[in-house]
Amino acid sequence: MSVILEMLSYPFLVRAFIGGIMISLCAALLGVTLVLRRYSMIGDGLSHVSFGALSVAVAVGWSPLPVSIPVVILAAFFLLRITENGKMKSDAAIAMISASALAIGIVVTSLTTGMTTDVSSYMFGSILAMSKGDVCLAVVLSAVVLGLFAVCRHRIFAVTFDENFSKAAGINVSFYNIVTAVLTAVTIVLGMRMMGAMLISSLVIFPALTSMRLFKSFRGVVWSSGILAVVCFCIGITASYAFSTPAGASVVLVNLGAFLLFGLAERMLRKRIRWQPLRPGARQGTGYAGDRRGVGPRGGSGKMPRQKITAGRHGNPAGASDKAAAAADGREKQGGRTDNDP
Amino acid sequence: MSTLITCRHVDFGYENHDAVIDLTMEVAEGDYLCVVGANGSGKSTLVKGLLGLLKPAGGELVVAEELRRTGIGYLPQQTAAQRDFPATVWEVVLSGTLNRCGRRPFYSREEKRLAASAMEKLDIMPLKNHCYRELSGGQQQRVLIARALCATSRMLILDEPITGLDPSAIQDFYRLVRRLNREEGVTILMVSHDVVGVIGQANKILHLQQRVLFFGTPEEYRGTEAGRRYLGGEDGCL
Repeated sequence: MSVILEMLSYPFLVRAFIGGIMISLCAALLGVTLVLRRYSMIGDGLSHVSFGALSVAVAVGWSPLPVSIPVVILAAFFLLRITENGKMKSDAAIAMISASALAIGIVVTSLTTGMTTDVSSYMFGSILAMSKGDVCLAVVLSAVVLGLFAVCRHRIFAVTFDENFSKAAGINVSFYNIVTAVLTAVTIVLGMRMMGAMLISSLVIFPALTSMRLFKSFRGVVWSSGILAVVCFCIGITASYAFSTPAGASVVLVNLGAFLLFGLAERMLRKRIRWQPLRPGARQGTGYAGDRRGVGPRGGSGKMPRQKITAGRHGNPAGASDKAAAAADGREKQGGRTDNDP
Repeated sequence: MSTLITCRHVDFGYENHDAVIDLTMEVAEGDYLCVVGANGSGKSTLVKGLLGLLKPAGGELVVAEELRRTGIGYLPQQTAAQRDFPATVWEVVLSGTLNRCGRRPFYSREEKRLAASAMEKLDIMPLKNHCYRELSGGQQQRVLIARALCATSRMLILDEPITGLDPSAIQDFYRLVRRLNREEGVTILMVSHDVVGVIGQANKILHLQQRVLFFGTPEEYRGTEAGRRYLGGEDGCL
């Protein structure tokens, strides 16, 4: 606690806190739709383009934000179009573009100013990067993103889940694509200087992936991603201050920790969930209850379910009573279900 | 019986080539029309055209007023991204009612009732709070049909619905579609590769190969050259 109070006595850290929280929140919310639509690479591509644009701007002597925001927005449109058309393999195309943008940035910098600390801070982030203007922009951006999710969450869900169906239902899908692209571009340009071009895409990807391990509903995933992103950012920044580690990398490591933690929790939960009936038919009839009573206690042993099924079948004299038969039936249904599990 | 969709010499296509040429057919209320054809024969293009996602390049496409008002229920081909999508069944089904919301950002009680009744029809009410990605292929398909029925209960377009289902799930699926068609009076237009499976169900067959190779009843289809080839020779009619 005293560490946090100490941190908040520095104005630049307060700015970093506010700006970072806003940006991680935006990145996480947009990340849910990007990850689910298999556009995760776009975040990575955009950060590299943003790096290229920033280095060119610095080399020419312009102020970085007004140059890089439009360039990155254009790149976002372009990347979305490639992905939608599907003419070129989109992941390969994005990898190509990001590498090219990075190369342009590096060549331009080495020809003019040389590899200074400035460039290094763009690559790996600097906690000093947040200016007052950046913080204002971040607050506006997150207000827009939160507003969008509050008002259009059902439409965002529909577009994310099934673009073709939404088109047929008369939802303006390209409008949502454009809005997502623009907001993602601005988020990445703003966050890049604090998190670093190499690491910013993790803010987009990690919270969504982590939440998907545990949450079964879209609403749950969205809420969890937002909260998780803010919590991870705060822990990461505090750790970075306490142990003098780079801010961006610390936040990413905290996110990784959360991901592993959620993965572990999912494994523990899944053992329990396996025993819930999924097919409507399996819920009816006494057989299922008998099945549960009979085999349930052994469920704690942590064996694979299929082993349990065979064990159960051999344990009961086959067909000895209707109940046993029905129980076997229930298990069979469940066994089939487990087999289908990808 | 009124006609829902009429195509007269319609062409559908993309920028520089036509995928469907000179299509003439009609879909009447209560029909069970099955569209068959090889890969790349224009089946999916036809579906896009009927849904209004693609403007006809030529000819005349007439969609009945009642369909234009409520829209067409659509069951798209499943994408890989959907199979592990974190959403509850309820969220998915409810998203089918979005076209009724207009500019309103939230679902009203009426839309929730509609979604619930669609789920009742398909016997998936017990799955309401289950996660979509944990369902079997057949159950996922039921959820998507319920969603399509939320959009409209007049007509469903199913685009290769049995891809990835196991044989018993396919039979379940056909029974379900037949029930919707006969008991609920839903007009069905199904794109399928499984000619042998659907020929006993449909009352009209459309065989596409860019142009219309055949349009008529299954009985007539068995007698044609195209039909014999698709059904596997003389004795292939199961």
